[in-house]
Amino acid sequence: MTFFLQLVISGFALGMVYALIALGFVIILKCSKAFNIAQGHFVMIGGYLGFTFLVTFHLPVWVSLLAAIAVAIIMGLLIERLTLRPLVGQPVLAVIMMTIALATVLEGLATLIWGGEYKSYHGVLPTITLKLGELSIPPEALIGVMVSIVVVVILMLFFRYTRSGLAMMATAEDEQVVQSAGIKVTTVYALSWVIACIVGVIGGIILGGVSGVMVSMSNVGLKAFAVVLLGGVNSIGGAIIAGIIVGVLENVAAGYLDPLLPAGGGLANVFPFIVIIIVLIFKPYGLFGLAEIERI
Amino acid sequence: MGLPSGTFNQSYAQDMAIFRTKTHWVMLIAFLIFLFTCPLYFSDRILTIMTVIGITVISVHGLGILTGYCNQISIGHAGFMAVGAYTSGILTATLGWSFWAALPCAALMAGLVGILFGLPSLKIKGFYLIMATIAAHFIIIWFILQFQNLTGGGNGLSVPRPEIGGFVLKSKASYFYLVMTIACLATFFAKNLVRTRAGRAFIAIRDNELAAEVMGVNLWAYKLLAFFIGCVFAGVAGSLLVHYVAFATVDQFPFMNSVWYLGMLIVGGMGSTVGVIFGAVSLKLLDELVTIVGPILSAAVAPQAAASLSLIMRGLVIIIFLIFEPRGLAHRWQMVKAYYRLWPFSH
Repeated sequence: MTFFLQLVISGFALGMVYALIALGFVIILKCSKAFNIAQGHFVMIGGYLGFTFLVTFHLPVWVSLLAAIAVAIIMGLLIERLTLRPLVGQPVLAVIMMTIALATVLEGLATLIWGGEYKSYHGVLPTITLKLGELSIPPEALIGVMVSIVVVVILMLFFRYTRSGLAMMATAEDEQVVQSAGIKVTTVYALSWVIACIVGVIGGIILGGVSGVMVSMSNVGLKAFAVVLLGGVNSIGGAIIAGIIVGVLENVAAGYLDPLLPAGGGLANVFPFIVIIIVLIFKPYGLFGLAEIERI
Repeated sequence: MGLPSGTFNQSYAQDMAIFRTKTHWVMLIAFLIFLFTCPLYFSDRILTIMTVIGITVISVHGLGILTGYCNQISIGHAGFMAVGAYTSGILTATLGWSFWAALPCAALMAGLVGILFGLPSLKIKGFYLIMATIAAHFIIIWFILQFQNLTGGGNGLSVPRPEIGGFVLKSKASYFYLVMTIACLATFFAKNLVRTRAGRAFIAIRDNELAAEVMGVNLWAYKLLAFFIGCVFAGVAGSLLVHYVAFATVDQFPFMNSVWYLGMLIVGGMGSTVGVIFGAVSLKLLDELVTIVGPILSAAVAPQAAASLSLIMRGLVIIIFLIFEPRGLAHRWQMVKAYYRLWPFSH
């Protein structure tokens, strides 16, 4: 039982980070109808930025975080203006291929700048130790959960109460109406990419503190897709709930089934994809997504 | 379609002909003669590159039918190649079958796995289907790694070279002939498939799924058929690849290849058989260029420059084509041909 609870708790912590990453994806999708395959690469870049600022430059945590966010803002603006803006009005495949190409370029740049090696900054982030009876909660995971919750709440408030946030929500609803109401849709697109970059980079710093950074860290983006599909692609609340579900299920499945499998399992890595296939076959629009209705 | 000045179609057969004029036929035959005498002029290194290009062309033809004509976007093509590769590898290496019996089995197996992962396509499209095929790639690779007493897992599997009646296709030249023959047959099949009832159904599905269904196209059957045919090509290509290298590992089918095949389709031009060839040849040659330039750059800048150059170059090529020539090289080729036909009269 302790083993099970331990798996659930660390799965929950992991799930919150997944939810955070998935949120960036959902925001871009809602605002500009673009499926961003590169979300996982923002996370990877974030992890490396965390390494650079925390370890190479020895900056304090808060300064590092702000510096990483500044880089994320510049990255988001550049990406939107240079690659996605020319594709407005192009078919879905073109946009998806563009984000895949973007992911490839980001991976190449990360390899060039940071050498593509495993970097660790374990123990640099602040930790909080908490014990519930026999259960120990991994300290970095706890801070990760807290940061994730704070970011999610800030985003919720941003969408609810600020002018730009409301403009983004309106754009998600109907672009033409929004344009006639005098809102610049291109600004909203740019803003959505910036937010996605920031959210990804924060997730990357948290994950990097837990398990170190390497180029293949971008695979976490693929897990975020499982989260997004399960939650429904256009539901922010769905992404959070599904993030926790996927994180817990992944940990529990890997904990119990891995010892039974030949070749050591590695189920945690393939589990999100099994979720994706099952969700797509049985409930293609996820738990909280809206079904698309088509006309000829 | 433009015809040379003064040439007119006077019958249905003429209208339908792929090779319409005598010049076309002469050029086709000259090209085939050149292709099949290549081992006489080129070194083994160039033959290797050409063989790999041939295998890639076969694989991308499958993706061209599936994605270019039927609009069922697949980013799991390397995974389906791996299915064909391992099927044929296990049949020949472990069970001792002949390559010629294993090749159709590999194709069939890849096709069936393709149908399995194509099942979600009946309910979903666009991004959702992309996710399903990405998932397919990783699940296939994971299965191959798990069943290690069958597939060798991470250690790989030694695969024999094919033989014809005691003659082993050991030299580069002999394998080159095998691959090029199959590549020509694949091109012939792919070009003609889209002119049949099934091909027209694929195009109808691509242009508007609902309208196609209303017209009486059986979406269920034709989408799965597209997955089957596309993955059969992948299976053949995968099988040819491992028998060429004489070794099968999952490293031969990285996820990046799945993406890169789609990139070839975009660079070549969607929905065009000749575009597939343009895309596969030009991007494979670009890869070769990177393998030449990479080490020089690595020595000059930093050791990781070669790896990053390959990634950045691949990404940039796709980005540039998407922004500046979304219809691909095939469209450019049409424009060049139109210009040439009308010359010296501009209209």
